[in-house]
Amino acid sequence: MTDSNKTLKLTVRDLNLHYGIKHALQDVSIDIREHRVTAFIGPSGCGKSTFLRTLNRMNDLIDGVKIKGSVKLDGQDIYANGVDTVELRKRVGMIFQKSNPFPKSIYENVAYGPRIHGLKDKATLDALVEKSLRQAAIWDEVKDELHKSALALSGGQQQRLCIARALAVDPEVLLMDEPASALDPLATSKIEELVYELKDRYTIVIVTHNMQQAARVSDDTAFFYMGKLIEFDATERIFTSPKERQTEDYITGRFG
Amino acid sequence: MLSKRIKGRLFVGFTAFCAFIGVAAVAWILGTIIWGGASHITWQFLSAAPTEGMTEGGIFPAIFGTFMLVIIMSIVGVPVGTITAIYLSEYTNRQSKLAQVIRFAVNTLAGIPAIVFGLFGLGFFIQFTGGHLDRLFYSGELHWSQPNILWASLTLALLTLPVVIVSVEEAIKTVPRELREASLALGATRWETIWNVVLPGSFSGILTGAILAVSRGAGEVAPILFTGAAYFLPHLPTQFSDQFMELGYHVFIMTTQSTDVEKTIGIQYATTLVLLALTFTLNFSAIALRARLRKRTAA
Repeated sequence: MTDSNKTLKLTVRDLNLHYGIKHALQDVSIDIREHRVTAFIGPSGCGKSTFLRTLNRMNDLIDGVKIKGSVKLDGQDIYANGVDTVELRKRVGMIFQKSNPFPKSIYENVAYGPRIHGLKDKATLDALVEKSLRQAAIWDEVKDELHKSALALSGGQQQRLCIARALAVDPEVLLMDEPASALDPLATSKIEELVYELKDRYTIVIVTHNMQQAARVSDDTAFFYMGKLIEFDATERIFTSPKERQTEDYITGRFG
Repeated sequence: MLSKRIKGRLFVGFTAFCAFIGVAAVAWILGTIIWGGASHITWQFLSAAPTEGMTEGGIFPAIFGTFMLVIIMSIVGVPVGTITAIYLSEYTNRQSKLAQVIRFAVNTLAGIPAIVFGLFGLGFFIQFTGGHLDRLFYSGELHWSQPNILWASLTLALLTLPVVIVSVEEAIKTVPRELREASLALGATRWETIWNVVLPGSFSGILTGAILAVSRGAGEVAPILFTGAAYFLPHLPTQFSDQFMELGYHVFIMTTQSTDVEKTIGIQYATTLVLLALTFTLNFSAIALRARLRKRTAA
């Protein structure tokens, strides 16, 4: 791995996830570097999104999911007893496949997280909303209509608003679950640019079924297949000289 | 032997006739009530109290009593029903034993005859609860252990609880999972998510449930028969421990207990008309609200 002396933000060891009788993730171990973009690729149903959701414990909400193994965020096991999922999800934000703004105003969407966590002061909140919208590269488009419904925005704008909303709680890690899969090419390229800019401040993990996207935005790439992590390496190497046959077949479009 | 074709036609005619019975019944009922009652409806009738042994005058105390009854009922029943619906849909797994038991209980509650609620109210609220209160705080003097508007409202709240639960639960289900996940992923707790996302999203469902409960409750006589309704009262109820007059009950006593039933026929029709107008208005607004809710969900 290139410059492997970089700090590791997330370290996963022997993670197994059972969903009912299905063994959805098998012995997954991976290191996610700080301030880097890590892409998860693989065919539908390979477990990449499920794995992403184990990193902020969103799978806890689904009945019948059992998880074994360890996921460490800055060395602390997030599945240890007594870990507060509220605190964890504040540190590990998430962007979903389908943009999901609340049926509230643009302002209220961004202010939602900080308010939940106790921020009341109007001026601080205003500044934070602006800063988050700027970071998500949507401020110029919405600054004059902050109090309009978020649902009136286009799909691409909604997704960037959701990113702003996630940034407003000041996370350390951003998990993105196919954030551009429902968007047109122009909106997609805006999201990709954004991902590139955000990695200076955040650690980003992005699930994508679009290999060009993985190649464009990520530093490291993990290839999942049938619940297993088949190969994990620097993106450049995955796409130019993969070690595993399955990886090569997938990225050259022979299946998936 | 009749030919197949004629048999077919006869059957069509028969099914149409059966279907028509329902329409005819509604038309007949509405027709007679409006015919017999409309001419009696005056401002005087709506705003004055009964006079001359209830053979003259108005029905204001009964209208007032009905409103107070359903208001107290809603204040108690809607929150309890809403919270139950939240518990069922947000905190329990559909398949869990507990959820099944609660659901079964709610369905059973919906199927219990109204008169049984009346008897339950008498036994539980008046004799048991009221009796204990009086022994504890009023040294046995009759205060809470007799029929009053509070006990009647609580009995009615129990009767209408399933209506509220079902319509709130239906509304909660229309709030997309993605929105809950968005909230939880921002570090909100379940309760914060319910309060900020789920409840605002189910608001029209809660309102629909409340309206349906009121319209159901306003039309029931049996539950308040032993728990609080009065034949005639010179004063309007001002305290929870007061009895009250009520529209449905008023019709009932005028037709069965009046000193001069013949003389009160006009009043009976007009009172029924007022009661029907009240419940119809409520039902229609509930239907309109629900339609709006469905449309929004489909979009």
